[in-house]
Amino acid sequence: MTEDQTFTIEVDGQQLEARPGQMLIEVTDAAGINVPRFCYHKHLSVAANCRMCLVEVEKAPKPLPACATPVMNGMKVFTRSPLAREAQKGTMEFLLINHPLDCPICDQGGECELQDVAMGYGGDISRFTERKRVVRDEDIGSLIATDMTRCIHCTRCVRFGGEIAGLRELGATGRGEHLRIGLYIEHAVASELSGNVIDLCPVGALTAKPSAYQARSWELSEYDGVAPHDGLGSNLHLHVRRNRLMRVVPRENEDVNQTWISDRDRFSYQGLYSDDRLQRPMLRENGKLREADWQEALMAAARALKDASGARIGALISPSATLEEHYLATRLLRALGSNNIDHRLRQGDFRGDAADPALPWLGQRIADFSNNQATLLVGSWLRKDQPMLNHRVRQSQIDGALVMAINPVAYDFNYELDVDIVCIPSAMTKELAGVAAALGVDTLGIEAVPDPAHHGIADSLKSAAQGTVLLGNAATMHPDFSLLRALASGIAAAAGVTLGFVGSGSNDCGAWMAGAVPHRDTGGKAIAPPGLDAAAMLEQPLDLYLTFGVEPEMDVAEPARMAAALGAAQLLAIGSHTSPWLLEHADILLPAAAYAETSGTFVNIEGNAQSFRGVAAPPGETRPGWKILRVLGNLVGLDGFDYAESTEVRDEVLAACADLAPDNRIGDLQDRKPKSAPGEWERVGGVPIYAVDALSRRAHALQLTPDAWGGELRLNTAAAAALDLGEAAAVRVAQGEGSAEFEVRIDDAVPDGCIWLPTAVPGSEALGAAFGPVAVEKA
Amino acid sequence: MSMRSQPMVRVEKCEHKEALFTPEVRAEIDAWVAKYPERWQQSACMPALTIVQDMNGGHLTRELMDQVADYLDMPPISVYEVATFYSMYEHRPVGRHKICLCTNVSCMINGSDGILEHLSNRLGIGFGQVTSDGKFSLKEVECLAACGGAPMMQIGHNYYENLTPELVDQILDGLE
Ligand code: SF4
Ligand code: FES
Ligand code: FES
Repeated sequence: MTEDQTFTIEVDGQQLEARPGQMLIEVTDAAGINVPRFCYHKHLSVAANCRMCLVEVEKAPKPLPACATPVMNGMKVFTRSPLAREAQKGTMEFLLINHPLDCPICDQGGECELQDVAMGYGGDISRFTERKRVVRDEDIGSLIATDMTRCIHCTRCVRFGGEIAGLRELGATGRGEHLRIGLYIEHAVASELSGNVIDLCPVGALTAKPSAYQARSWELSEYDGVAPHDGLGSNLHLHVRRNRLMRVVPRENEDVNQTWISDRDRFSYQGLYSDDRLQRPMLRENGKLREADWQEALMAAARALKDASGARIGALISPSATLEEHYLATRLLRALGSNNIDHRLRQGDFRGDAADPALPWLGQRIADFSNNQATLLVGSWLRKDQPMLNHRVRQSQIDGALVMAINPVAYDFNYELDVDIVCIPSAMTKELAGVAAALGVDTLGIEAVPDPAHHGIADSLKSAAQGTVLLGNAATMHPDFSLLRALASGIAAAAGVTLGFVGSGSNDCGAWMAGAVPHRDTGGKAIAPPGLDAAAMLEQPLDLYLTFGVEPEMDVAEPARMAAALGAAQLLAIGSHTSPWLLEHADILLPAAAYAETSGTFVNIEGNAQSFRGVAAPPGETRPGWKILRVLGNLVGLDGFDYAESTEVRDEVLAACADLAPDNRIGDLQDRKPKSAPGEWERVGGVPIYAVDALSRRAHALQLTPDAWGGELRLNTAAAAALDLGEAAAVRVAQGEGSAEFEVRIDDAVPDGCIWLPTAVPGSEALGAAFGPVAVEKA
Repeated sequence: MSMRSQPMVRVEKCEHKEALFTPEVRAEIDAWVAKYPERWQQSACMPALTIVQDMNGGHLTRELMDQVADYLDMPPISVYEVATFYSMYEHRPVGRHKICLCTNVSCMINGSDGILEHLSNRLGIGFGQVTSDGKFSLKEVECLAACGGAPMMQIGHNYYENLTPELVDQILDGLE
């Protein structure tokens, strides 16, 4: 009998379709028949250790666990027969023996699976009069609060670690009465998906630390949301009390995030309530910023925009701004006579603009990543940059796929890479050209002799029925991005796999659709001649810059030079947070609502538009960004800027994009000369997971995890020796005009002759691009 | 999802296995690893722990458990789980002779309490303790499946059954 043949089983007198290999509980769940359970979870392996799901099966001598009983043709099951009920009640009584009666002070109270099931299956009074056991708590970090006395040993958290997070940290040590769930050796857990155990835990043993004791579950209203930090657009439930976002949990979507979310998406909301939210419009007068009312500030902004000559205005829009905001900003700029607009703020190379596809995307549906047979990551720390996509890649590897990488650092993955080429940044083009040569495609004139690793990658990609070459964030920031992209495109085509981009924010696809690029208008229509791209706006300083959701000293490719260019010009900054830099340099500051506070749409990296509503109140006089842009449009006298709802804006963009399909076809490259050259020291950049945007940088709990990047710089043992530096020594880095001091971390993941120093971290403001030559010396 | 069918391997493998333990200990563990299919070296976790415990004079330390984890490419926590589950692994120093006295039902009915009293009087230690000369330690264990000879105790690899205080004295006198 094959997997797709079905047969019938009978449950509580109901005839149900079942497939061979299914467990009973899958069939009853699909039919909406409630079988109580604690340890079973559809995305985890079957442990069958809680015994709560016992049911009666005809001809079986004892009740059987529904989660671990395979269906059989003609099986007759009773989930509520006297035998089943007795078994379920017995299990419940045992589970409650050691469970504390602290529901009134437990954060899980009101949303606790144990409470719920106890209501249905528990006794009214306990027959157990002996002492209950007590378990000492471990401090497992800043995200998860533990109260292990409440643990019922379902081992969901343990299985999650091994099977999903790919990092077995929690375990069940001891036995019998002394069995406990914990780390055994206390430390902070270091997984970017760790928060999911909070949802998995059926009791209050693992709860969210940042929201501990701040709200009871029944006081919270639940709204739908979309995650704002990476291109996946993980689906969220936002838990709000009195207009304040208290908590974020996953909303199930099998196509995107399944039942999980990353810690960044879960805890970044803390950044909404940081002390440095911009609350009121501000204007610079005689060199000093002062608060202003909206009327005055908007008039001043409109005047500045009208007074500047069109082509002398530039706009830098965050790739995580909404589709509506991108569209309105684009229309505003173009109406003022400027095509100088860009959302590719961290891109390191724009020489390929003429060869750009109309709407770069992931190349495949997110869900299809689980079924790839070969994945080549180029310049990507997928695990930290797009955690849920990495989960799919990991899943594919478990099913036998090959995962390979060409990276400037031996990034830490939660699976073993089958081929792992680590090279200095300036050699990445050469390595990729090696793979191209192995496949016999154009190497763009780069001399490359393929070695066995290159052949291995080439062969794996070629023999995969479905696979991808994925260009990651480090590739995008690379000074030879256009070359890497052209090589990757050739490789993908020759090997018959897809080419994919991951995006740098939550709405890259939306930005392209709206036309927030200098060379394409809304709907992907080409613009000739194009305006200035993000790098050119820096090379050819303009008179007035409009920034939206951007911290110029953090969110751009070359922080020091960009800050200087923006500081020297007139700066109209629209955003949710202030920073010392903005307070010093901005001329007009307009407070815009952040994620969860505004309605809008993110088009995720697979091209799927997901809209959301504003559910939390923004602080002070903050207004939704799209409304600010609309009013600016009105004030400078643009037609058709009378939208009453953000949905009208969305419908207009989407209609304009009706003929625009995601597309990754790369045109011919004119300038094929590698820009990057080896220096004495090369900087390896990237953006750490909790530094990607204003919100995550301000999420306190995330900044306390091992993944947060402090004021450190990493280099390998040999490099440290060459510079006569020890762990924690002070080191000075000079790049371009700027220099800054950092603390040494010795890390052999960094290749020889390189320092690993990301952008958007403290100290990096004074420096230049993520990749390139730097001077390093002992401080 | 189904039952687990993948070994619980860790991503970062230890690169210097030759620096772990002694060549003899490694050879012993390797002999066990060879009995299991490829990639399933974790199946040798229990014998490896026993070998390492014996090498260390009868007890395990965190460092030794970590080394076993390194040697078998297992996450350390998986080794801790095994080492804390089974009662034959010790986490504190024991005497040269570890006396494991069964106090489970059959032995209790047949007078294990008296044997315990006698042992405690003679050695001056209770369960979980070591004599000051380091010669003996006393451990309470559950049924060792020798109920037919209750009360019983285990010392080293030997079972001693149908115990009486006199027999206990004789046995202890005969030990180095
Ligand atoms: S901590 Fe929670 S999830 Fe983990 S085993 Fe205990 S009850 Fe289950
Ligand atoms: S859910 Fe079936 S045994 Fe736990
Ligand atoms: S009860 Fe002591 S050996 Fe069985």
